[in-house]
Amino acid sequence: MNQIPNSLRSSPDASGHFGAYGGRFVAETLMPLVLSLETAYEAAKKDPSFQAELSGLLKHYVGRESPLYFAERLTEHLGGAKIYLKREDLNHTGAHKINNCLGQILLARRMGKTRIIAETGAGQHGVATATVAARFGLPCTVYMGEVDMERQKPNVFRMRLLGAEVKGVSSGSRTLKDATNEALRDWVANVHDTFYIIGSVVGPHPYPALVRDFQAVIGAETRAQMLDREKRLPDLVVACVGGGSNAAGMFHAFLDDSGVEIHGVEAAGDGVNTPRHAATISKGTPGVLHGARSYLLQDADGQILEAHSISAGLDYPGIGPEHSWLKDIGRVKYHSVTDQESLDAFMMLSKLEGIIPALEPAHAIAHVSKIAGQMKKDQVIVVCLSGRGDKDIFSVAEKLGEKL
Amino acid sequence: MTRLSNTFARLKKEGRAAFVPFITAGDPDMDTSFAILEKLPAAGADVIELGLPFTDPMADGPAVQAASVRALAAGCTTAKVLKLIEKFRKADKTTPIVLMGYYNNVHAYGTARFVKDVAHSGVDGLIIVDLPMEEDEVLRVPAKAQGVDLIRFVTPTTDDARLKRIVADASGYLYYVSVAGVTGTKSVPEEEVRAAITRIRAATDLPCTVGFGIRTPEQAAAIASIADGVVVGSAIVSRVADNIAHGKERVVAEVLELSRSLAGSTHAARHGKVPA
Ligand SMILES: Cc1ncc(COP(=O)(O)O)c(C=O)c1O
Repeated sequence: MNQIPNSLRSSPDASGHFGAYGGRFVAETLMPLVLSLETAYEAAKKDPSFQAELSGLLKHYVGRESPLYFAERLTEHLGGAKIYLKREDLNHTGAHKINNCLGQILLARRMGKTRIIAETGAGQHGVATATVAARFGLPCTVYMGEVDMERQKPNVFRMRLLGAEVKGVSSGSRTLKDATNEALRDWVANVHDTFYIIGSVVGPHPYPALVRDFQAVIGAETRAQMLDREKRLPDLVVACVGGGSNAAGMFHAFLDDSGVEIHGVEAAGDGVNTPRHAATISKGTPGVLHGARSYLLQDADGQILEAHSISAGLDYPGIGPEHSWLKDIGRVKYHSVTDQESLDAFMMLSKLEGIIPALEPAHAIAHVSKIAGQMKKDQVIVVCLSGRGDKDIFSVAEKLGEKL
Repeated sequence: MTRLSNTFARLKKEGRAAFVPFITAGDPDMDTSFAILEKLPAAGADVIELGLPFTDPMADGPAVQAASVRALAAGCTTAKVLKLIEKFRKADKTTPIVLMGYYNNVHAYGTARFVKDVAHSGVDGLIIVDLPMEEDEVLRVPAKAQGVDLIRFVTPTTDDARLKRIVADASGYLYYVSVAGVTGTKSVPEEEVRAAITRIRAATDLPCTVGFGIRTPEQAAAIASIADGVVVGSAIVSRVADNIAHGKERVVAEVLELSRSLAGSTHAARHGKVPA
């Protein structure tokens, strides 16, 4: 089980394990559902009509493929490697989340489910879920921590405009982890008609695999676009990591390209040596939460610690099991970036490129700004710009001491 | 024979069902929790389910979640829970204790050390909510080696093929979850439970308790006439919550009072024979 397979792209194994991580740690009530989801997904993967419907929607509804943009002024400013941005921020709804939501709602329809639920942190996944639910005429309930509802107000309103019911969650840290608990509780009580659209590469098998697969379009396009533009593969691929879906989707195509270095960027909040951060891989230990074994922020007794990040989408004490495995085998290096560094990168990209990034990928930009200058000018970096920053202007304004 | 098998054998002979109260360890604090635990057998408890508090109890409704929050706020730890059980076991050698919780706390303690320490403290069974049969071998096998049963769930979503596989490696007893949902939110549907118990009896000789959604003495009596055990959790921990403002003695008295009444109706119900 702990042997490294020939291809790093063939995980998970049949029981949903990435090395020692993953699995299906859910209540017995949910187990038959999780198994039937797996069966439905395996069948859909092989069904050309499913794939055709999905690619049609990705093209005409989402606007794929998304551009691979050469950030010329950013490159000049940092004075080293050439930096390309994979523009997931230009997708319909403004982030990568929609790629996954479309795949999952098509699965829900295949399985005859008539009601959609989701959890959300930054609200991007909630908006994307509400969007596809509206598109297919299914009722939708989104769980969101009260803290996140406050800092991502525009997205709460957007979800309601799309016809979704947004339920505030007041337990625990009132953020993404607690919204996920509440969504799981809803699911177990409504298994007969409800499909749970999970927003990242977390949860019980097959979710980490299927969310990764639906996001893998990011890396597949990027790899082809890069070969077309630069006639070669990038030296470094970078993505921010909350649960890890934009990263997993970007990395997947490159895992077997041994010449390509891969970096995941976590949220360090006030700093990884303070109690206020969300650097699950850098500072966590393996444990079991939300259906899978993976790295977690927890105390010695296994109680989950609250994560902290300025970015609601990265404010989660867990991470997808595939990332835990990629860390342990050393294929991906995980770094972290503080709130302040991400804010600086947010401003820098806005001013240099005319692109206001979401605070989540601002973490990836901040990491790149630390290392691009030390790389050679003929080297190439690709960053996944997972979403746009409109949703964040209120919290950024507050940080800057401005009232909107 | 284990304490669990002895208890169920004795109850079967007496023709009655087990009353199985659930309380969260350390709720609202360690001393009060011990005061309740110590007197539960005299209040009619045949088996005691003791909750190990967790920050993220995904399968629990508001009442049991709040109990975990209270216990953790009062400083409850796994080590303290084991000491609590050890202290109980010094005085009570017969009432089985089943520790119920989530896998992360076991994982963090270390599975091998956990099964050794729980067995030593006097635990008879483990119920780990998020450990379905696909994942439970890591705990079930070492626990069994220490004489501790890992109790498996059967639910309204468990079909016959799955039921067969669940009972194949099950021991102690089975826990039938009467409703699809979290604890303490829906009411027990008696007719469906009757059908389910018939189905389970056809698959195994293990005793079968029923829980989730039993709150009143009337419901307890109805389930006691069908099943081998009646688990009441949310109603009991709600009693803790409702009385905290009136002091710890009142909490203990009220919880025991409710337990006596639930035990009374559980024990008085005729243990009807369900056709095999
Ligand atoms: C724009 C954006 N990027 C990244 C994330 C983090 O999620 P993941 O790590 O699954 O990509 C979020 C989550 O809300 C997001 O909105």
